[in-house]
Order: sequence, then C-alpha cells, then structure tokens
Amino acid sequence: MNKSVYDSPDQVSETKRHILTVLVDNEPGVLARVIGMFSGRGYNIDSLNVAEVSNDENISRITIVTHGTSEVVSQIEKQLLRIVPVHSVTNLDQEGSSVEAEVALVYIYISDTNKKKVYQLCDFYRARKIENENNTTIFEIAGASERVNRFIREINEITKVEIVRSGPVAISSIQKNEEE
Amino acid sequence: MNNEITGAEIVLKSLTEQGVEVVFGYPGGAVLPIYDTLFKQNSIKHVLVRQEGGAIHAAEGYARSTGKTGVVLVTSGPGATNVVTGLTDAMMDSVPIVCITGQVPQHLIGSDAFQECDTTGITRPCTKHNYLVKDVNKLSSVFHEAFTIAQNGRPGPVLIDIPKDVQFASGIYEEKNKIIIPSHRLFEPSPDFEKNKIEEAVGLIANAKKPIFYIGGGCINSGPKASKLVREFINMVGSPVTMTLMGLGVVGSSDKNSLGMLGMHGMYEANMAMHECDVMINIGARFDDRVTGRLDAFSPNSKKIHVDIDESNINKTINVDVPVIGDVKQVVEKMITVWKEKKFQIDDKALKLWWDKINKWKEVDCLNYNNEGKQIKPQYAVQRLYELTKNTKTFITTEVGQHQMWAAQFYKFEKPNRWLTSGGLGTMGYGFPAAIGAQVGHPDALVVDIAGDASILMNIQEMSTAVQYRLPVKIFILNNEYMGMVRQWQELLHGGRYSESYTDSLPDFVKLAESYKAVGLRAKTTDDLDDVINQMIETKNTVIADIWVTKEENCFPMIQSGSAHNEMMLSKDQKQDKKSAEKGKILV
Repeated sequence: MNKSVYDSPDQVSETKRHILTVLVDNEPGVLARVIGMFSGRGYNIDSLNVAEVSNDENISRITIVTHGTSEVVSQIEKQLLRIVPVHSVTNLDQEGSSVEAEVALVYIYISDTNKKKVYQLCDFYRARKIENENNTTIFEIAGASERVNRFIREINEITKVEIVRSGPVAISSIQKNEEE
Repeated sequence: MNNEITGAEIVLKSLTEQGVEVVFGYPGGAVLPIYDTLFKQNSIKHVLVRQEGGAIHAAEGYARSTGKTGVVLVTSGPGATNVVTGLTDAMMDSVPIVCITGQVPQHLIGSDAFQECDTTGITRPCTKHNYLVKDVNKLSSVFHEAFTIAQNGRPGPVLIDIPKDVQFASGIYEEKNKIIIPSHRLFEPSPDFEKNKIEEAVGLIANAKKPIFYIGGGCINSGPKASKLVREFINMVGSPVTMTLMGLGVVGSSDKNSLGMLGMHGMYEANMAMHECDVMINIGARFDDRVTGRLDAFSPNSKKIHVDIDESNINKTINVDVPVIGDVKQVVEKMITVWKEKKFQIDDKALKLWWDKINKWKEVDCLNYNNEGKQIKPQYAVQRLYELTKNTKTFITTEVGQHQMWAAQFYKFEKPNRWLTSGGLGTMGYGFPAAIGAQVGHPDALVVDIAGDASILMNIQEMSTAVQYRLPVKIFILNNEYMGMVRQWQELLHGGRYSESYTDSLPDFVKLAESYKAVGLRAKTTDDLDDVINQMIETKNTVIADIWVTKEENCFPMIQSGSAHNEMMLSKDQKQDKKSAEKGKILV
C-alpha cells in the first residue's frame, strides 16, 4: 500500500503481518491516540489488545497486529513513537523469536444429535467448558491464532456458534538478564 | 497554612512563570474565570481578536517572528472548533503554540451541554499533545509540561482543555523547576549516537562533485544560530544551496551560493540542480510533495543525506542514504568540526564545472515576465515592494495562492524569521492575523501581509483588532479579482472553465479600510505604484493597499503535479505532454 498519491518507485518489499507491542502511560485518551494515528494515516489494524501490566508505574501494554510492507511498518513504528505518552515500540518480528497466544470464548448451540461430536472436538483441541449459572455450553480455547482458527472452522461445520476472540497478545522469547 | 489559589490563578501564574508576554484570545462562558483573573493583573497583555481563527494565526505569526511560544485562549465549543484550522496549520509547519480552551464543568461533560464539544477528541490529530485537566492540583504541572512539549524536538501545538469548575476550584501551584517530565515524553538527542552518521555524511559531502544543500524550515526552528552555522558550513564547502518555502531566509538571497527556492514554483536552476546533483544534503526539510514532484524521477543519481529532528520524516517518501536524527544547530556544528578536523576540501575542478552548469541554467532567467504597459504586473508589484522596503526591518506574511508564490519568488529574504507563510496546510486567511501577531512581537518593525483579494476576505474581520491595538500592519493586496491559483489550474488543467474562481462583488478595499478607521490606498497603474507603496510605509496606521494587477497572469515557472524537477514549465506556451498532464490532474 502506498499512501502518497505520488507513486514511489522503490516499494518492492512484500506485505507481511507484524506484531507490535507498545508500552504507554496509562492516561486518558492514549488508546484513542494510537488508534487515531492508524486510521488517520491509512494503516491497518488487524487486531488490538490493551491492558495494564504494571501496577506501580501506571503503564499499559498495547499489542497491535498489523500488516504492511517493511517501509510502511517502519513508518508506523516511528509515528507511534511521536505520540507523547508512548514509551517504546517493539516489532516482535524484528526482535526475532516471540510467542503469541489468544483466547476465544465460544457459545456452542448444542443438541442431542451433535453433543457427542462437539465434546469430542473440544476435547481434541483442549477447549475447556466454562461453568456458568445457566449451564450453557460456553467453551474457552487459548493458544496460537492458527489453532483457534482451526477449532472454529471445525466446530462451525458441526453446529451454530457465537464467538468472541481477544486477538493475539505476544511477548519476546529472547533470553534477558534481570536488571537491577 | 493555606497556599491554595484558584485554577484560573494557576493558569495565569503558569503563563507568567513561562515568560509569556501576550495572549491572543476571545472570551466566552467557559473561560470567564480566567478572563476575570486576567483583568486583575498587568504582566500579561491580551489581544482580543474578532474570531478565534484569527487568534491562533496571530499566535503563529508571533511565535514564528519571535521564536517564542504563541499562546491562545478561547472558550469551549465553537471557540475550540474555530481554532482547529490554526492548530493543524501549526502542526504542519512546526510552530510552538499553547492553546487554552475552556470546557463546560465536569458534571456536564457528555450531556451535550451548551457550547460543549469533545475538544480533546477533535484536536487529537492536529496537536502534538493535548490535555483535559480534571484536577486543579495538576494544572500547573500540565502547563509546564505543555510549554516544554510545544518547544521541544520538532515544535508544535499543544492544547489544554480546562473545565470551568476546575478554573474555580482551589489548588496548589507548583513551580516550573519542581516538575519532572519523564524522558520518554520528550525528544532527547543522544549526543554520541549519531557521530558515525555525521562523519559518514561529511565524508560524502567532501567527495561530492555536484553537491547541493536543500534547506528547510527546520533550520529556522532550530534558532538563529542554526542559520548562521548552515551558512558557514555551505561557505566552507562552496556548494550551491536551495531553500524550501519554509526555509527562505536561512541563507540570504544575495548569498553567492543561493539558488533561491525550489519546488513547484521554485527556480529553474534550483530544480535542475536537485535533479542532477550527486550528493544532496537535506537539512531540516521533509521532501514535501510540493518540493519533490514525481517521486520516481526525483534526483535519480544522488546520494542523499537527511538531517531531521523527527525520525518519522526519514524515509517517509524518499529513501535516503545517510539519515542523521538531531537538532540542526547541533548536527551542523558537529559537521563543521569534522570538516575542519579532517581538513576536508572539495574537488575544486569538479565544483567549478558544476557551477558552470548551474550558471547556464540561470541564463534561462526563469522568473522573466512580460512587463510592458501601464497595467501593474503582480510580479512587478512585489519587486517594487522589495526595493522600497529592503532597507527597513521588514516582516512579510502571506495568504495562500499565486500572490504567495510571487512573494516567495520576488521578495528577497536575507534573514531567518522574517518570512511567515502557511506552507504545509496552505491556509488562506493566515497572513493577516499572522501579521498582527508579528507586529505585536515587533512593534517597531514594518509588517506587510502580501495578500490576494480572495484570501484577505477570509479573516478580514481582524481589521478591527489591528486598529484597536494601533498595529500599523500593511495589507498589500494583489487584486486580480480571481482566486488566482485556482484560476491558473483551471486554465492549465480544466480547459479554461473558470468554475467559481471569479471573486465577484469584492468590497471597495479603500472604503473598507476607512470604515475601520484605517487608511485605504489604491494603485491602478504602474504610475501610482511607488507612491502608494511609499505612502503605505510612511503611514503610522493600519493600511490596506489595493493594488490592481493584471487579471490573468500565471505563476511560472511551474512543475505541474505529476512531473519531475527537469520537466518545468517556463510559460503557458510550453504545454506539458498530454499523458503526464492527465496523470497529474488527479493529484493536488
């Protein structure tokens, strides 16, 4: 994707998926700043996840899955760093190795005819039934996005479902020495 | 012990401690407590504008002519939305502004209260940072941080939204030096980080055969010392230099190395030199589309050095070979040190050949225009204005359009901070309030807004402001009864169908001036021109000089959108080839 109307000749690299992890001050409006930068400059957000990760320092971690050429993604990183409450931006793909996971909650419409198949599949994918007061069949599955995708595809073939997904979160798996 | 003062008092105390001398503003319901406090003090002057849009452009003009931060004070709702254009303008052109907006009291926020709007939401993309202050005890630290952020790194506008109840509430004032701003919230150059890059860059310059410096507004933002160092370095190298619209004045127009402005309406020799150079040294410019023209044909055979304080400008549109991230002043100072230490000397023979080539391009005389007859050519009007004001301390502001480009081409700037124009956003209506701001900052200087007849009407209400504060601003209207640049594009690209670009029912500008108790002058022919300009300069009052110029003059030379630096149009007769004209038509 080229944002300028003046076509640039040297955009040859291919579009790739990238996971960015962004540490921000946990202050009002910070998420809007990040999201607004993406929409305002025409970048893509495939998924986004945000949660406070340190109690003492008031810092949140935003995990953004985006896709674009390496030029575009590098521009995204630099634009993120211009935002005042942003501490750091790490592109986990460039860091090297990382692990990622996401959670999905699946409400499964169950009947006597499909019950057995559903439980078998859930068992196979290690999806866990979540107890709830209405005793409906809500399963939780966690893991790599690809695995969650497969589970959802297969369960869809058996019965109707409702799904909510967290989107991936990821962390660098490079060995670090504890500082202090 | 009770050290508490009201939020409104904290606002004024913060401004005073920050050294603010003047605030441009307009009162309203949600800022009344601040205006009440303003009334009770004498250290800060308030300039009452006639529309909030005027306040922020005035603050921009003040900031850019003085190097200080411009301060704006407006009310909630429409007060805030009216400054959005100016905030965006300041964002694009990197002008340090602190804008204070009132907000409805906190218990009404979200209820669609009278004059309520989501100010921080609306202004988020057009400010460097903004705040909604909910706690009166945080007010002073927010102010001190806001001023630092506005000035730090690449400057820009910062907005502080203050609910009315916070202005009334009592809290503690904290002094500037008690506030610690975490480093990640600021741009912090690492002094040694770029050392290798600087050495690499200087080595590249030393080995250049056809170098060119490409200088932008960042050099002006870095302060007067930066311009001095840039001139010094260019002199040491002996290289030609061209400047962007925002960079005019960094190197004097009369400097032997200067090729003038580059870009869409820049000099032929500057654009050709950019196209053919082997080493390009971009200092504080950002490869704007008005400058580069068609990207795939932009300076195809050069190694490019890019000095910028904002890393996001690196490789944004043009890939560069040696990026240096830092403040111009510091980077160029180091470049000079390295150049001297290594006793670098550029290849004299090659440089001479390069200059010979450039001098050939100069012979094209790209600014040449037909100046026959008694009708005033707009170019001639600017030339005369320059000749008659060049020995006076003069600030020139402009609106946006043909007159702006003629001003840039024909007015010769020798110093930084003397030329104020809306470059990035291209805001019609900028020039007059900016001139007011510049005059406030420099009461004794001559401040001239070179305007067009269409642009000036966009903020004409500020006549009242200029007259009220006895600001002897001069409005020099190149009146062709057209939105000239729109008309020019329609002529070149839309078959001469002048759709809505004729400014019918213009006011009589002389009478308009008089109705504000200012002075109105008019020049109808070349015979009147010098007298009118001299009279304008001598009048110690706000003046509108209505200069009737030829109506269908076009601004040349021109690189049409979608064309490259070496495809300049020098006149109307030189038609662009049809294919690239069609391709360029969709561009802005």
